[in-house]
Amino acid sequence: MSILVVAEHNNQQLSPATLSALSAATQIGDVIDILVVGCDCQIVAEQAAVIPAVNKVIVADNAAYAHFIAENIAPLIAAVADGYSHILATATTTAKNTMPRVAALLDVQAISDISGVVSEDTFKRPIYAGNLIATVQSSDAVKVITVRGTAFDAFANEGGSAPIEVIDQVHDLGISSFVDEQLAQSDRPELTAASIVISGGRGMASGENFDLLYKIADKLGAAVGASRAAVDADFVPNDMQVGQTGKIVAPDLYIAVGISGAIQHLAGMKDSKVIVAINKDEEAPIFSVADYGLSADLFTALPELESKLS
Amino acid sequence: MKALVAIKRVVDYNVKVRANSDNSDVELANVKMSMNPFCEIAVEEAVRLKEKGVVSEIVTVSIGTQQSQEQLRTSLALGADRSILVQVDQPLEPLAVAKCLKAVCDDEKPDLILMGKQAIDGDNNQTGQMLASLLGCAQGTFASDVTVEDGKVAVTREIDGGLQTLSLSLPAVVTSDLRLNKPRYASLPNIMKSKSKPLATVNTDELGIDISPRTKQLGVEPPAQRQAGIMVGDVTQLVDKLKNEAKVIS
Repeated sequence: MSILVVAEHNNQQLSPATLSALSAATQIGDVIDILVVGCDCQIVAEQAAVIPAVNKVIVADNAAYAHFIAENIAPLIAAVADGYSHILATATTTAKNTMPRVAALLDVQAISDISGVVSEDTFKRPIYAGNLIATVQSSDAVKVITVRGTAFDAFANEGGSAPIEVIDQVHDLGISSFVDEQLAQSDRPELTAASIVISGGRGMASGENFDLLYKIADKLGAAVGASRAAVDADFVPNDMQVGQTGKIVAPDLYIAVGISGAIQHLAGMKDSKVIVAINKDEEAPIFSVADYGLSADLFTALPELESKLS
Repeated sequence: MKALVAIKRVVDYNVKVRANSDNSDVELANVKMSMNPFCEIAVEEAVRLKEKGVVSEIVTVSIGTQQSQEQLRTSLALGADRSILVQVDQPLEPLAVAKCLKAVCDDEKPDLILMGKQAIDGDNNQTGQMLASLLGCAQGTFASDVTVEDGKVAVTREIDGGLQTLSLSLPAVVTSDLRLNKPRYASLPNIMKSKSKPLATVNTDELGIDISPRTKQLGVEPPAQRQAGIMVGDVTQLVDKLKNEAKVIS
């Protein structure tokens, strides 16, 4: 049984998210190859090759794969898939976009967002916004799987030396083209990788008031997130949304400020190790998942918190 | 230009679901059912494109039990022209749903296929991508903006780092994210009018599709519950607890 893990990267840097899929893969089998598909991505292949769990790195480097267009990379992954029992990727937006397309090409039913490995063909996954966990058994010959990043601990990513194999297959369907990209620029850590996250909700009342959170984030080295309500109200951009339909995070410390705690939001953060809630409504559901609750007006509590952090 | 919108009947988003008595599945008896919220957004987008004169006909399709007619009628009240129900008696997996939709698309030949990015029951986020794959056509998933021009559709997508815009050849499959639009409510006159709009029913045998399941649900269980926490009196106490008890800040 051999497993193919599709790497998440930006053509320069292997994303730490990849390690979660690798971690899940080690629970399924022990021969794990990693596929790096992109453009001018040789350096990523070299980063993947030093991960001790990796048996072999396969690189497909072509302009057609530059922006991870699903129409072009899915047929490549499907072609490389031959001989593997499992194809895994961490459930980033790139993998969510691509892996179902791969599964359809292979005529298999994909399994999305697994949170646990029971056996080589049986997996646990959240359904209904995480209100229930389903155990699902697959009868397909090849299992195409996306992995919930927060559910699998990353592990050592250096010390190995796997061989790198270059393949020159090019799939360019020519039906989709990249126009542009607006990526958030920030000096703060990435939301899904940060060890501390502080998020604001509707209670923040405006985008300007998020400065109160940024100041605290800078003292703590934290990432800043938001609830769906705050994004829908245009306080902050969509890439900051934490929740079932946004980013799933599980930091060591999650501070929810002015967030009522809709199920949708809880689904994205309730696996955090320590949860703090600051809300003036004592009845807010967020307090039911919080380790430490503070019922207070955030506009006085936040400046005070900032001043008390060294 | 013809738009086809796929919609799904699901447990209403306000319902707090729980496992049934033998933990084999979600308890669905006497539970309120509605159109999947992401599908409502897809219907709304099609209606807006028709109002702009870009789309000339909207066909809505659902793959489900006879009761899915309710959600198709809702789509007709919101502005769709006609509906097709592919009637099945058991819930289908995304791959089988995509195969049903592929068969309908082969027949209807829509230029633009709109659907929700995921249904809020299974949270699979697969069907649109699978349909695009089976059709061999372009896909624009997690859309926050859709613009049709010069025989192409420009789709702005919500991705992990921000936004990405792609230009897709038609036909294309576009799946809606939350911020594509805010769906309208159906007016009473439109609800009345919807009752006389055409709604055709076909079954999977007529479409010649293999819908046999590839996975088996062995059971469902509630997620692990968190231990109840404590309320602190003020910010000073909070900082003290985080430093000295939880030891998550220094």
